[in-house]
Amino acid sequence: MNLIIMTILKRLALGVVTLFFVSLIIFSAIQFLPGDFGEAVLGQAATEETVAAFRRELGLDEPAWRRYLDWVGAAATGDFGTSFSGRASSGVDRSRPVVEMISSPLKNTLFLAGMTAIVAVPLALFLGITAALWRNSIYDRVINAATLTSISFPEFFVAYVLMLFSTLWWGLSANATGINDADASILDKAYMLILPSMTLTLVIVAHMMRMTRAAIINLLASPYIEMARLKGQSSLRVILRHALPNAWAPIATVIAFNLAYLVVGVVVVEVIFAIPGAGKVMVDSVASRDIPVVQACALIFASVYILLNLAADIIGIVTNPRLLHPK
Amino acid sequence: MTDTNSYSAATEVASTITRRTRWERARITLKKAPLTAWFGMIVIACYVFVAVFAQWLAPYGEADSSFAAYAPWGDGHVFGTDQIGRDVFSRLIYGAQNTVGIAFITTILSFFIGGGLGLVASIDQGWIDQLLSRFVDILMAIPSLIFALMLLTVFGSSAWSLILIIAVLDSTRVFRITRSVAVNVAVMDYVEAARLRGEGLGWVMRREILPNIMPPLVAEFGLRFCFVFLTIASLSFLGAGLQPPTADWGSMVRDFAGLLQFAAFDLKAGLTPLLPAGCIALLTVAVNYVVDWFLHLTSGLKD
Repeated sequence: MNLIIMTILKRLALGVVTLFFVSLIIFSAIQFLPGDFGEAVLGQAATEETVAAFRRELGLDEPAWRRYLDWVGAAATGDFGTSFSGRASSGVDRSRPVVEMISSPLKNTLFLAGMTAIVAVPLALFLGITAALWRNSIYDRVINAATLTSISFPEFFVAYVLMLFSTLWWGLSANATGINDADASILDKAYMLILPSMTLTLVIVAHMMRMTRAAIINLLASPYIEMARLKGQSSLRVILRHALPNAWAPIATVIAFNLAYLVVGVVVVEVIFAIPGAGKVMVDSVASRDIPVVQACALIFASVYILLNLAADIIGIVTNPRLLHPK
Repeated sequence: MTDTNSYSAATEVASTITRRTRWERARITLKKAPLTAWFGMIVIACYVFVAVFAQWLAPYGEADSSFAAYAPWGDGHVFGTDQIGRDVFSRLIYGAQNTVGIAFITTILSFFIGGGLGLVASIDQGWIDQLLSRFVDILMAIPSLIFALMLLTVFGSSAWSLILIIAVLDSTRVFRITRSVAVNVAVMDYVEAARLRGEGLGWVMRREILPNIMPPLVAEFGLRFCFVFLTIASLSFLGAGLQPPTADWGSMVRDFAGLLQFAAFDLKAGLTPLLPAGCIALLTVAVNYVVDWFLHLTSGLKD
C-alpha cells in the first residue's frame, strides 16, 4: 500500500511541476509582444499619460519575476486581470474583468463537453471491446474502416455535413444563442446542443474506439490469457477475471486522453455552431489580440488537460495489480 | 556444327536467384496492396498533380474578383463564385497548392527539428537527453491547438509564423517517437563500432541509426502530415491561419458557411461549403489509408 501512495505522490508532484512550467510559458507569451503594445492597444491618439497609466497597470515597470508571481497568485484566486478591449485612447476605461467575460461561457463549454462524454465514452468502450473480441470479423473490419474514415475528417466537415442533413431533412435547430437565457432548462439546453454534441461524439468515438481495441488486443495476446484459455475457462470469465483487471489502466488512459482531446475539439465546434462558450471567447480574443483573455483561456484549457492526464495516470497506478500486491 | 551442349545447370540456377531490383520488389508489393491503399495512392497522386500545376489548371486567377458575387454553379464558373466574385473552382485548385504545400513544408521542418534532436538524445542518453525530454514533456502538456492560437496572437498570423509555430509544436511528437525507436538501435554493437572507429555524431545519426528506424518514421510522417494539415485548416477556419487573399481551404469553408442555410432552396449553393471541407477530408482519408497499409506491411503483424 505504501508503494502505491509513494507512486501517486510522485506523480502528483510531477503534475504540479508541469503546471508551474506551463503557467510560466503562458505568462511569458506577453513578453514576446513586439515593441510597445501600450499604444497598439490604446490607439495612436493615446496621450503619454494614458499609456504610462496602462503600463503601470500591467506592471511593466516591475521585474518580470514579480509580475509572474502577481499574475499566478491572482489567477489562483480566480482573478485573471482586465481585458485589453474596451480601452480608448482618451483614457476612458470600459474594459471588463476577464473572469466576468469567461465564467458564463465556461459553464456552456463544460456542459457541452460533459454531455458529449456521457454519450461517447460508453459507446466507444462497447464498440472497442466488441471489435477486439471478434477481431478480423466483418463487424471488426466495417467498424475499423468507418472509424479510420471519420478520424480523418476535420471537425468542421462533420459539422457541416450534419448541418446540411438537419436543414434538409431532420429539422433540428443548430441555433444555440438562447443557451444563456435564464429560463432555459437543462433539457432545452441539451436540445440546442444536439448537433454540436453529435459532431464531437463522431470525432471522439473513432479515436477512443481504436485505442480501446488496440489496448484490449494487446492484452489478449499475453501468455497468461492464453494459459487461462488453455485451462478451459469460458471466454466470459477470461475477459472479466483475467483481462479486465489489467485493462483498467489502458482504458482509463484512453478515456482521459480523449476527454482532453474534447477540450481542443470544443473550440472549433463552438465557433462553427456559434455557441457562446470559452473556446469561442478565446478565438474572438485571438482575432482582437486581447492577450489577458487568451492567457486566461489557455491556462484554463491547459490545466484541464493536465489534470485529466494526471487522473488517468493515477487510475492506472491504483488499479495496477502488480502494485496492489507487492512481493 | 554448332555447339548444342552449352546448357549449364549453374546458369539456370543463377538466373532464378538473381536478386530482384528495387523497382521489381516495389511492383510486387504494390500488386498485393489492398483496395483502400490503392484508392489512397491514386487520390494523393491527383492532389500532388493539381498542387504542382495549379497555375496552368485553374481557369481564372487566385484573387481575380472581376465577376458577379455569389454566381450559381455552372455557366462559366463550375462551382459558382464567392462573396466578392472570385471563381470558386480556381480557388479550390490554388488552395491545393497553398494548403497542401504549407502543410508539407511544415511537416518536413518538424521532422528535421524533432528527428534531429530525437537522434541526438538517443545517442547521448545523458543530460542533453534528460533536458530535451523534460522540455518536450512540458510543451506536450499544453493542447497544441490552444498553444498555437496563443502564439499566433503574440506573433501575428503570417504564413511563415504559422509554419514555424506549427513545426515547432509538432516536432515534440516527432522527437518522442524518434527517440523511442532510436534508443533501441543506439545501443547496438555496430553503432558502438562506428563510434569507436571515430565516426562523428552526424555520420552515426545518418548512416548507422537512421536507415534502421526508417519504416516507423515514414509511417509517422504520413500521420504527422495529416495532423499538421488538419491543424492548419482548423486555424485558418478559425481565422488565425493563412490570411486573405491567399486561397486556402480552411478559410474558404468559413467564408461559405452562411450558404448552408439555403440548402433547402438551392442544394448546389448549400453544397459549396462542403467542397473545400471535402477536399481536406478526402486527402486525410487517403493518407490515413496508405499509412494504415504501410504500418501493416512493415510491422509484419497480421493480427
